[in-house]
Amino acid sequence: MLQHNFPFGLEVSGLSKQFDRPAVEGLDLRVSAGEFYMLVGPNGAGKTTTLKMVSGLLKPDTGAISIFGTDALADPIAAKQITGWLSDEPMIYDKLTPFEYLEFVAGLWRIDAATAEARARELIRWLGLEPHAHERCEGFSKGMRQKVALAGALVHDPKLIILDEPLTGLDAGSARQVKNVLKERVRAGGTVIMTTHILEVAERMADRIGVIAHGRLIAEGTLDELRKKSGLQTGNSATSLEDTFLTLVAEPMAPPVAAE
Amino acid sequence: MNRPDTLVWLASHELRLSWRDWLSLMTAGRRTRARTVTVALIVFAALMHLLAYSMVGAYAGALPDKATLVTVTGCILLSWSLLLSQAMESVTRAFYARSDLDLILASPVSARKVFSIRIARIGLSVALIAMLLAAPFIDVLAWLGGARWLAAYGVVAAMGALAAALAVALTVALFRTIGAKRTRLVAQIVAAVIGASCVIGLQVVAILSYGSLSRFAPLQSEWLIEHSPDIASAFWWPARAVLGDSLALLAVMAVSLTVLGASIAIFSVRFGDHVMAAAGISGTVVRQNRASQGFRRRSAARALRHKEWTLLRRDPWLVSQTLMQMLYLLPPALMLWISFRHNSSALVVLVPVVVMAAGQLAGGLAWLSISGEDAPDLVATAPITARRIILAKIEAVMGTVALVFAPLIGALALASPVAALVASGGVLIAAAASTQIQLCFRVQARRSQFRRRQTSSRIATFAEAFSSIAWAATAALAAAGTWFALFPAVIAIGILGGVRLISPKP
Repeated sequence: MLQHNFPFGLEVSGLSKQFDRPAVEGLDLRVSAGEFYMLVGPNGAGKTTTLKMVSGLLKPDTGAISIFGTDALADPIAAKQITGWLSDEPMIYDKLTPFEYLEFVAGLWRIDAATAEARARELIRWLGLEPHAHERCEGFSKGMRQKVALAGALVHDPKLIILDEPLTGLDAGSARQVKNVLKERVRAGGTVIMTTHILEVAERMADRIGVIAHGRLIAEGTLDELRKKSGLQTGNSATSLEDTFLTLVAEPMAPPVAAE
Repeated sequence: MNRPDTLVWLASHELRLSWRDWLSLMTAGRRTRARTVTVALIVFAALMHLLAYSMVGAYAGALPDKATLVTVTGCILLSWSLLLSQAMESVTRAFYARSDLDLILASPVSARKVFSIRIARIGLSVALIAMLLAAPFIDVLAWLGGARWLAAYGVVAAMGALAAALAVALTVALFRTIGAKRTRLVAQIVAAVIGASCVIGLQVVAILSYGSLSRFAPLQSEWLIEHSPDIASAFWWPARAVLGDSLALLAVMAVSLTVLGASIAIFSVRFGDHVMAAAGISGTVVRQNRASQGFRRRSAARALRHKEWTLLRRDPWLVSQTLMQMLYLLPPALMLWISFRHNSSALVVLVPVVVMAAGQLAGGLAWLSISGEDAPDLVATAPITARRIILAKIEAVMGTVALVFAPLIGALALASPVAALVASGGVLIAAAASTQIQLCFRVQARRSQFRRRQTSSRIATFAEAFSSIAWAATAALAAAGTWFALFPAVIAIGILGGVRLISPKP
């Protein structure tokens, strides 16, 4: 079980990033230690940009990021040591086996070989990769590649796990395995922040949900709290997150283009 | 618009794709570059015409005597081997590149029609490239020696068609003999060996017979002229056609087009089957058997170096692509052997060849290691500084270069320790310079895009080539013991400085 000395696994304040147009604008976000936080929002809302800044893949224009009390901008190495990142496009090496890939990741994170190996074997078992552990990844399906990448994001036992659409393109079985592993990590005290377009997943898995649109956090809370904010009937299980989400993002979103 | 499913309709579709491929190749996908590319092409064409003038201007008045026919035929065979190599590359790509093939094979369009057009497209593109490359030489000869030389364009086109026909036959034969899995690698190696063999073969003959690296020396030898077929033989038709014989030109074109037509008729039927077989190999399982199944203790830098070497070792296609240039070391290696037997003064000639090859090899490896990182997010989110990551990758590149060149330099040291010392210094500096250039122009790409690396930044490609040439010249002059070595060294350093100035800022 992971022990936390800090109340927040992730604290983001005044985060901004501009490309051709502002992608993220003055975003404030707090994820409690041991929480499963889901970030939802329409395409181009700034979800991926936010997560990339948190994981150190993008440098913010302004703002501050703290991961378990470590200033991620001032001391990125210390922040990366306790962070795991997984994107929707599994980036792994075709010519390595899952076992070798995890050994490489353990080397990058300077994890003791014996500890890393034990974790790797456990993850490989959890994710159903055992029969393929010593096969090169080049012939793997998208789902298997995503599971290898997820194992890579977890093998160094990160305190904060950042996942960008990890279930995209996965079949039902693979998606369930990934979700089970993530739930297990949260039960063990891990902190997860994840984006998804599958609102049902957010509804079932998240402790809290943040709704982001036009680079700003427009609503945040449990599903009931979001229902309340959206003005929809609370306590009505028929009011799904989808209804709530569409009501919340309807106002800030531009009217759809006729051709679309 | 033509009716769909007709040969003309399919041909227009293929032509449109070819045109867009070419445009994208020239402009590296940026349409705004079109004007710059046009200007650059005009300048390049002018320079090529100047170069052609200096090389073939004196032969504009050549007559079809036996010596001329031997030389022209030799040049045709040399060029044709390169065309065949290029055509084999294209045919292999047609087999393995998926792009729109799934769509086409799933449609009710006749696969035979589609592949007939594709084979014809390969012939056309090979012929067009050959005509473009030969254009400066033909233009200069026609300008100085008369319009008869324009017939050479017809010969070049015929050579392209013949090369495409033979390439299809060779690749299909490989497919049937060794199967879909091995054909990709073997066909590309065979293509490269064919491309290099004529050039290298002539150099080897030149070294053995004349002690010279000039590949034209054997073509002008008395022995060859004496032992060649009679002047009236049909063997000389291509050469006669180049020299303006209309009848010979008609015969050469008729033969090559007939062979291409036959190739299309015979092979287009089975082409679809082979393409589907090639698609099936992606699911092949490769198991890795390790002596020890446990994790090994490695630092982050060591893990990175080990990963680079493992990926390179396990990708025979990439190894063949990067090491193919080593084929060109065969002639100097042969010269080393010959010189070692008698004296060591000629060894100076070897030093620049080795240094040049090292620079080129390092450039390719550096691209693979630095730009061709298949898991950039993983490496970027690891708790290791960007500087240390780059350093580990450079160490991986330099380690491979050292491994490849150590035996050659070791052999050189036996004959001339000074030349070996200069060569090893040159190898290190040229490799470091090429790596630095790749660092300045790094882009995020997949390793599988290796062959397209030269089109992503032409400045980097030219800078890498000129840097290697300058360091090779420096090493050659240093090995000869002259202070003039400083001049090319200054130029090489200037190239690096220029690269740093104009490279995109991260």
